[in-house]
Amino acid sequence: MGHQRYLQILGLISAVIAVQLFTYYTDTGHHLTQLTMSAYYSLVIIGLCLLIGYAGQISLGHAGFFAIGGYISAFLTTHNFLPYKDNYFISFLSKSGLLASREDLYGGQILIFHPWAACIAAVLFAVIVAYLIGGPVLKLKGHYLAMATLGFGIIVYKIVLGTEKFGAADGISDVPSFVLLPGVEITGKLPVRIMNYYVAWVIVIICMIILLNLINSRIGRALRSIHGAEDASNAMGVNTAKYKLNTFVLSAAFASVAGVFLTHYNGGIGPSEASVMKSVRYVAIVAVGGMANLWGALIMGVLLNFLSLRGYFGTYDDAVFGGILILIMLFAPEGLLRIDLFRSLKGMFLKISDSKEKT
Amino acid sequence: MNIELFFQYIVAGITYGAIYSIVAIGFNIIYNTTGIINFAQGEFVMIGGMTAVTLHSFFPLPYAILLAVIITMIAGALIEIIFIRWLVNPSVLRMIIITIGISILLREAALYIWGEKVRGLPYFTGTSVSSLSIGGVHVSPQVLWVIGISAVIVVALNLFFSYTMPGRQMRACASNRDAARLCGVSASNMITLSFVLSAGIGALAGCVVSPITYVQYESGTGLAIKGFTVAILGGLGNSMAAVAAGLILGILESLSIWVMPTAYKDVISISILLLMLFVKPSGLFGSKEAASLKEF
Amino acid sequence: MAILEVRDLSRSFGGLQAVFNVSFTVKNGSIKALIGPNGAGKTTLFNLISGFLKPDTGSVLFNNQKIHGLKPYQVAGKGLSRTFQHIKLFHKMTVLENIMIGRHIHSKAEFISGMFNLPWTQREEKAIRERSLEILNFLGLSEMADAEATSLAYGQQRIAELARALACEPKLLLLDEPAAGLNMRETAEMAKLIARIRDMGITVLIVEHDMSLVMNISDEIIVLSYGQKIADDIPLAIQKNSEVIRVYLGEEDA
Repeated sequence: MGHQRYLQILGLISAVIAVQLFTYYTDTGHHLTQLTMSAYYSLVIIGLCLLIGYAGQISLGHAGFFAIGGYISAFLTTHNFLPYKDNYFISFLSKSGLLASREDLYGGQILIFHPWAACIAAVLFAVIVAYLIGGPVLKLKGHYLAMATLGFGIIVYKIVLGTEKFGAADGISDVPSFVLLPGVEITGKLPVRIMNYYVAWVIVIICMIILLNLINSRIGRALRSIHGAEDASNAMGVNTAKYKLNTFVLSAAFASVAGVFLTHYNGGIGPSEASVMKSVRYVAIVAVGGMANLWGALIMGVLLNFLSLRGYFGTYDDAVFGGILILIMLFAPEGLLRIDLFRSLKGMFLKISDSKEKT
Repeated sequence: MNIELFFQYIVAGITYGAIYSIVAIGFNIIYNTTGIINFAQGEFVMIGGMTAVTLHSFFPLPYAILLAVIITMIAGALIEIIFIRWLVNPSVLRMIIITIGISILLREAALYIWGEKVRGLPYFTGTSVSSLSIGGVHVSPQVLWVIGISAVIVVALNLFFSYTMPGRQMRACASNRDAARLCGVSASNMITLSFVLSAGIGALAGCVVSPITYVQYESGTGLAIKGFTVAILGGLGNSMAAVAAGLILGILESLSIWVMPTAYKDVISISILLLMLFVKPSGLFGSKEAASLKEF
Repeated sequence: MAILEVRDLSRSFGGLQAVFNVSFTVKNGSIKALIGPNGAGKTTLFNLISGFLKPDTGSVLFNNQKIHGLKPYQVAGKGLSRTFQHIKLFHKMTVLENIMIGRHIHSKAEFISGMFNLPWTQREEKAIRERSLEILNFLGLSEMADAEATSLAYGQQRIAELARALACEPKLLLLDEPAAGLNMRETAEMAKLIARIRDMGITVLIVEHDMSLVMNISDEIIVLSYGQKIADDIPLAIQKNSEVIRVYLGEEDA
């Protein structure tokens, strides 16, 4: 059981390397930019897959958590805190080394948060928000749950859109690069494109291992039992409320981490990242991947985001995702990447050839 | 506080509230017959308004509106027949996702047909500057049209559900689908009818409100979430309570401008939705006992 | 010694008094049955005991500990396990996985240890699997271990649900109409199974319609009618109880 998991991960690692080498030899290195962005988006998607596919709880508001991560780290790493440097709290932060001084666009000195500090603050904030709203939201079921999470997403969208400090409709730009370790930084600068591709994929692979371990553990089983029959799960001693909440918070954390990293990679974030359409798109990808299928979610997440970011869907981008949602839910609610779908197709084929032989 | 301004806000609140109520009633009609929340409800309003604007270049206003309502009703029927009718026992999650997909497709189709431009019908009577003075409060005649037509819709629906055969059959389906089927009611036809009806009233609402608020390809989403808030406030499925809840939400939202920047107006109403869902999902007027009985 | 003690338990829904002032005890190591006409409040009583409903008044003591007001998972943690009248197996999970959920309260891996697949959680998983297979073996379901639980034949689904409850290693097992939908042969097998479970030292409280099953295996029987207890005695005495006969014959008249 465990070996299969690691073989799959090994396969993923080879695929990641193979794709990079392929782009190197075919001189299509510019594709790595979108592949890096897709990798970060797929962090949101695999987290959401755990929530929707395994625990059976829908969220139409995960773009909200992505935006919380992205916006807070963008704000903290671009907003000049120099005017507040006498403030007790800010000077304390400054002395603890959480703040850094850098040059702004016009050559002036500004005091900003160190990206690590901003990242931790952003993810922490997203986690706290998820805890606070998750409690009451996850008591709801079906339409109520869908609407409540949708409502949360819209609130985040309206707040970032309506707040001047967050750049209103323009969003926040000029976000500095994020030095993860000495020599390893998240940035969209061309010379380090290949390194950033690998940084993003290492993060995805680590997250994948964590989630694969989780779904194959006692907790993963308990989550699936909540999906299967919540009452019975509770009667078997599973603290369903707590597990649903923890999963919600975990998936929110994934989304906010993705938001932080992608914002540093892109050098900015805009309100469209918080829009309902983004949340719906994440759900669509989880659905195409087969709901309770982490690999399906990852593969579809990378594929569809890559195609979308490369502009293959043109002006029909949103329509494509709407169409995908409907088609999948109408004809293959269990998703596309299923072994038994191939099996049933094979069975159908055999039956047809059988009947042909008979006649 | 300026008392006249206060009343102006109240009137504005009632106008928006009336539209929210109609959207909420649209939700309720479909919810009652199918148990589905139709996430594309707001798009019916948008399509009704947009179609009427286009048709108005060819026809006089009343005919344009009538045709727009009929076209939207046909669209409603088609949506039900193509996407929903043939599904066997779909899960709630599946229905949510399908209706969301429908709403996206309708929105994108509208974007393709009409572009991003904001449109509106002309004022039914008078112009945008004409006003009637009612007890010292200046009211646009269109406001009276909105309130009047909303009231007519509510009364007509009540008559329809109480005195006509299809209306009664729909109610029978709502209270017990299996029993209704045993009595010879075709449940799937009733479901189509419910889509037709809510598409029709949504479209009509879209037409009357378009001179004031204008419509655009993406107006549907905002209206849908407001309509849903109202449906929840009134108690899901309870259309008369939705009227009261709609007016309450409209007025609250309108008055919120006094304490919050306009940009956060929607935040207020959605916070009300969340609060309601957390505290009393059975609605302001719904009884907790009835809800708990339903559960067990 | 009483393992379960129910005192003056009442619960109403709106105007309907589903359970009214019901008191009884269940002796350790016995099989006690709960019978009564439809709508007598049997399932409500079960839900009150297992934490799915909160009582309006009254108390439920399990091993002399208050358990009313606890959540179902907390009640399960105390050693009280149940099955459902309408089978509630976990969809899209195999029979073995269903049983493994029964081991939940006897294992510890949480989110963090699960995410990092720590050595001790691997050992724990192995133990859960082995114990679950043993239980399947005991109930003769081991061939079905890898089948999807909800795809089993109806009778087997009942057994699988029982297996899941047993995997909790409960001190008290609540069975809600375990023979509902079973044919006579299956019902007889179920009766034997329940008796074997009692012989393993597990106390059983059972709601059942099938009189033959109840009369054969129960040590004591409580009769409910319109939410009230009208009799609580050994099977022989229940059969002769005029009040019980009136309630049951009355039902047949209607």
